[in-house]
Amino acid sequence: MTIVYPLTRHARLDDIFAITAKRPVTVASFLADVANLAATLPHHRYLFNLCDDRYRFTVAFAAALVRQQISLMPPSNTAGVLSGIAAGYDDLYAIHDGTPPAIQMPAFAYPDHNASVQPATTMPSFPDAQPAVTLFTSGSTGQPAPHLKSWGSLVRSSIAAGNSLGVDRLRGATVIGTVPQQHSYGIESTVMLALQHGLVLHHARPFYPSDVIACVEAAPAPRIIITTPVHLRAVLTESGQMPNADLIVSATAPLSPQLAIEAEKRFNAPLLEIYGCSEAGAVAVRRTVENDEWCCIEGAALRQDGEGTWAAGAAVEREVMLNDVIELHSASRFHLHGRLADLVNIAGKRTSLAHLNYHLNSIEGVRDGVFVMPDENDSGTTRLMAFVVAPDLTADTILAALRARIDPAFLPRPIRMIDALPRNVLGKLSREAVDQLADRKAV
Amino acid sequence: MPDSNLQSSPENALAELIVTTLNLEVEPSTIDPMAPLYDEGLGLDSIDVLEIALAVSKTYGVKLRSDDKNNVAIFTCLRSLSDYIQQHRTT
Repeated sequence: MTIVYPLTRHARLDDIFAITAKRPVTVASFLADVANLAATLPHHRYLFNLCDDRYRFTVAFAAALVRQQISLMPPSNTAGVLSGIAAGYDDLYAIHDGTPPAIQMPAFAYPDHNASVQPATTMPSFPDAQPAVTLFTSGSTGQPAPHLKSWGSLVRSSIAAGNSLGVDRLRGATVIGTVPQQHSYGIESTVMLALQHGLVLHHARPFYPSDVIACVEAAPAPRIIITTPVHLRAVLTESGQMPNADLIVSATAPLSPQLAIEAEKRFNAPLLEIYGCSEAGAVAVRRTVENDEWCCIEGAALRQDGEGTWAAGAAVEREVMLNDVIELHSASRFHLHGRLADLVNIAGKRTSLAHLNYHLNSIEGVRDGVFVMPDENDSGTTRLMAFVVAPDLTADTILAALRARIDPAFLPRPIRMIDALPRNVLGKLSREAVDQLADRKAV
Repeated sequence: MPDSNLQSSPENALAELIVTTLNLEVEPSTIDPMAPLYDEGLGLDSIDVLEIALAVSKTYGVKLRSDDKNNVAIFTCLRSLSDYIQQHRTT
């Protein structure tokens, strides 16, 4: 027998499911919007869901499930990223709610008047194994690496994560996200969390500190804020009273204890951090002000072997190698000690230095070049540096060439043009030599 | 609004603030006030925009809001951002 999971787990069809720009939307109206849109979507196997509005994104995501189409989640909307992914999928279109895709491809505008007259009376369910979304991480060869998630794995992951976050104590809470829904953490912790825990999805993605504060203030309580260290730090630079929240969730990078303490105090809410990755989804949770040890979400477990640390669990379709240095205390408790040396994580986007160096050295005129991750500090987002040997090129030319090849988050600042890299006799570049270069050139 | 490619004095001050805040590899005075800040121009991303918003709020007392319908227009180029700040500054 096929296992199926319902689209939403709200107790009643007249519960509120979302707050949109115009009005609160009941579960029944949401289901009607989904059915309406599903009836009009074009016939294709894959789609880019580029909707900015989180409610419309969710309707499009659900309508795609009804039509058994697979949603591709581009890490950004730049032409380079979209065309890189599109090259791997023949039968692809894009749905958007205002900004059409930056590349030539079939595009479908989210209809202005999708709202249907007849509320729906039946809840759609989808099979456990139905392919639902494909997330992308930077591969080692230059093309984004796809990670396909089934509907069942998304559902189990969000149920387990939500239980560990204690959202069942916050029935009917409004979920306000500052994170894009096209990101692994974004779709799991806003869209899926609201669908599978009977919560209310807020349509907006407040960006500037004053937007976040105004959006939280205007939202009905209880309130859950889904955010990242970058956004949280920005919001906390605002002086004055913060609106009360009931839960703050942060992920994509570890949060400093000082920031966690300040956030808890000023929003008068517990702050929980999630540890995870695109391949595995949420893996573990901690309350930063109480404990720096991570505790796996239900069903998840870690194990270590000679190769590294592996995560498995109800939500993980097959074991996933984690890219961090982990000190395991038991199968479900651990400390994080930073990422593996070659990996870079900026703004929740991950890549490897090897991948970046590959692109840098593939630029015509570059004789040698290396990306360096400076030591991180608390004041702002750490950006990469690059040292390049290219006598006939300028830093501007190299930057322009890189922009066409890599995600903007990884563009080097600064690019230092040098005569030669301090390689040893074996042609290797030691970390010490690179650090010395970075220190010297920083002056 | 000046229509030349030369920076006005407030534009130059803002260019310096942006370059310092983001640790950019350009001479502030060489930023074309009409060139796009995103993508081909300075190549800024959304985290940069957030950093600039914090610096602008601290320096000029202007709080940027995205429910302002002009938000995309404000960040079009150095000139549009500078004009917006000059109209709304409190310090």
